[in-house]
Order: sequence, then C-alpha cells, then structure tokens
Amino acid sequence: MKDFYGFKPKSQLMLGTAQYPSPSILVSSFKKSNASVATVSLRRESGNINSGNSFWSIIKDLNVKILPNTAGCHTVKEAVTTAHMAREIFKTKWIKLEVIGEEDTLQPDVFGLVEAAKILSEEGFEVFPYTTEDLVVADKLLKSGCKVLMPWGSPIGSGQGLNNIFGLKALRSHFPDIPMIIDAGIGLPSHATRAMEMGFDAVLLNTAVAKAGNPIMMAEAFSHAIVAGALGYESDPMEPRDMANPSTPIIGKAFL
Amino acid sequence: MNISVNGQRKTISIAKLTMALEELGYKHMKLATALNGEFISVDERNNTNLKEGDKLEVLSPQQGG
Repeated sequence: MKDFYGFKPKSQLMLGTAQYPSPSILVSSFKKSNASVATVSLRRESGNINSGNSFWSIIKDLNVKILPNTAGCHTVKEAVTTAHMAREIFKTKWIKLEVIGEEDTLQPDVFGLVEAAKILSEEGFEVFPYTTEDLVVADKLLKSGCKVLMPWGSPIGSGQGLNNIFGLKALRSHFPDIPMIIDAGIGLPSHATRAMEMGFDAVLLNTAVAKAGNPIMMAEAFSHAIVAGALGYESDPMEPRDMANPSTPIIGKAFL
Repeated sequence: MNISVNGQRKTISIAKLTMALEELGYKHMKLATALNGEFISVDERNNTNLKEGDKLEVLSPQQGG
C-alpha cells in the first residue's frame, strides 16, 4: 500500500464529516466505516453558539487523521489563505486543496489549482489536490510539489460514481507510483470497489454515507467494499474473454 | 468603531484584535482569523489593531467533505 506523505492508513477509506443526521450518527458511521482520515472545513463562527468547539470535541475523539479542506474557495488567494488558517487551527501540514471553477459541476479550476498547489507546497504544506483525470494537469500538479493526487470520480455530491473510466485508467497507468485517491461523486459501495479494483490507493467520500437512509449501515458497506476492491486488485484479476470458456473440465465427461 | 465581523456590522470599543475578539464573545475558542482577506495568526493578533471599516473573518472547525 502506498503512503500519503509518509502516513500509512489503517484503511483505504477516507470519510467526510458533513451532512449527517446527528453527531451521534456521525460518530457511529465513522466507527463502522473503519475510516482512517476525516475531512473537515473552516466556517464562520458565531461567538454565542461556539459550534466549532462542539464539533471539534467530537472529531478529535474519532482518533483519525484530520484532512482540512478549502471547500468553497474560488480563487487562489482564498484557497491559500484558508490553508494558512487551517494549518494553524488543525495543527497539520495536510490540506485538501479545492479551487472551484464552475458552480453547476463544482469542477476544479485546474489553472488556479496548480498555482495554489505550487505556493502551498513551497510553504511546506502537504497538498492533496482535488483535480480532474486530466494527465497534463496531473503532471503540472506533481511538478508543483504535490506527492498525492485526488482525481474526481464525478461531480461532488452527485453519486454518479466513476464518470470517465477510460480517463481514470489512463491517469492510473501514466503515474503508477503516485498515490491517488478517488475523491467525489461516489454514490454506491460498488463505485468504491471499482475504484480500488482499478488500482487507486484510497477513496474519499461523504454524501454517499451521510445521506443514505441508514448512514451507519452504509458506512459498514463501504468499509467492506474498499477491502474487496483492494484485495481484488492485489490478487491480479483474470483477463476478460470475448467467448465462453468452460470452467468444468471436458476431459472425463461421460459419453451418454 | 464599526467593523464587519463575518459579514455582519459590529461595534467594538477596543482596537487590539486579541481584546476585540473577547469583546465580540470569542473567548477560549478554537479560532482562525483573517483581516481584510489576510491571515492573521494567533501570534500576530496581539500586534494587530483594528480600524474603522475593517473586515474581520473569524472561523472555526466545522463539518467538511
């Protein structure tokens, strides 16, 4: 298993912390998922409610690695400033770098992403860039200092799974030694299994669990799906064939 | 003086950022701050004075995907 900036996760599932029906369901979902990493964000704090401290007290007890994001940032400056704030508050060099370029698909602005990744990498951040499956962009992100890539499966929160299998396969094949996490668009456990069967190193998801009718059960389903896909990839699957090939031996068949 | 805090107009009596945060109700909280779009670290807050019309962002850990 590849590591992520030296971190070897106990499982290859990374889970978001948003949109759960309740804090207790969030906690139970994390326990059932066996997730190794939790994504979090920074948002405006009202002095009276102190929601940040309440949330943080829940998250720190999960005993998982924290991956802050720059969700909602549309410019390089916004993303870089948010990363600085996240580094201070979460005491981590990790940053899930999002620079959003388009509202309907929440597709990354890959030009801004590369620019922000370069700035943050030079400042010592360990950048997890939310990107597309584009090979040229991937190459530029790696040259900017990123040592991990996070290609999307499909638009954030869409649950569409892996929209461009060909492109993702090409990305995986082109950079075989780079740790890659499929981030966004996962809707079903089978989507996660497929990603792992293709040789990706982890899957990051949120909505598929949080918005399931039974988030805790879905979290457990994803934990199995990730393991199944990873084992399937590691065990060197057979090549598909165009025609049938009997599995039961012909030799020894009775002549009746 | 009047400043904007998280997009809302607030009136404060103390210019120093550390003290102003307390005046605004942010005491003993896990916070990150930005002033007029620039990150202000915890260490810098003591040396940062607010002025009329400043835009202060006060952020805390929240749910994220």
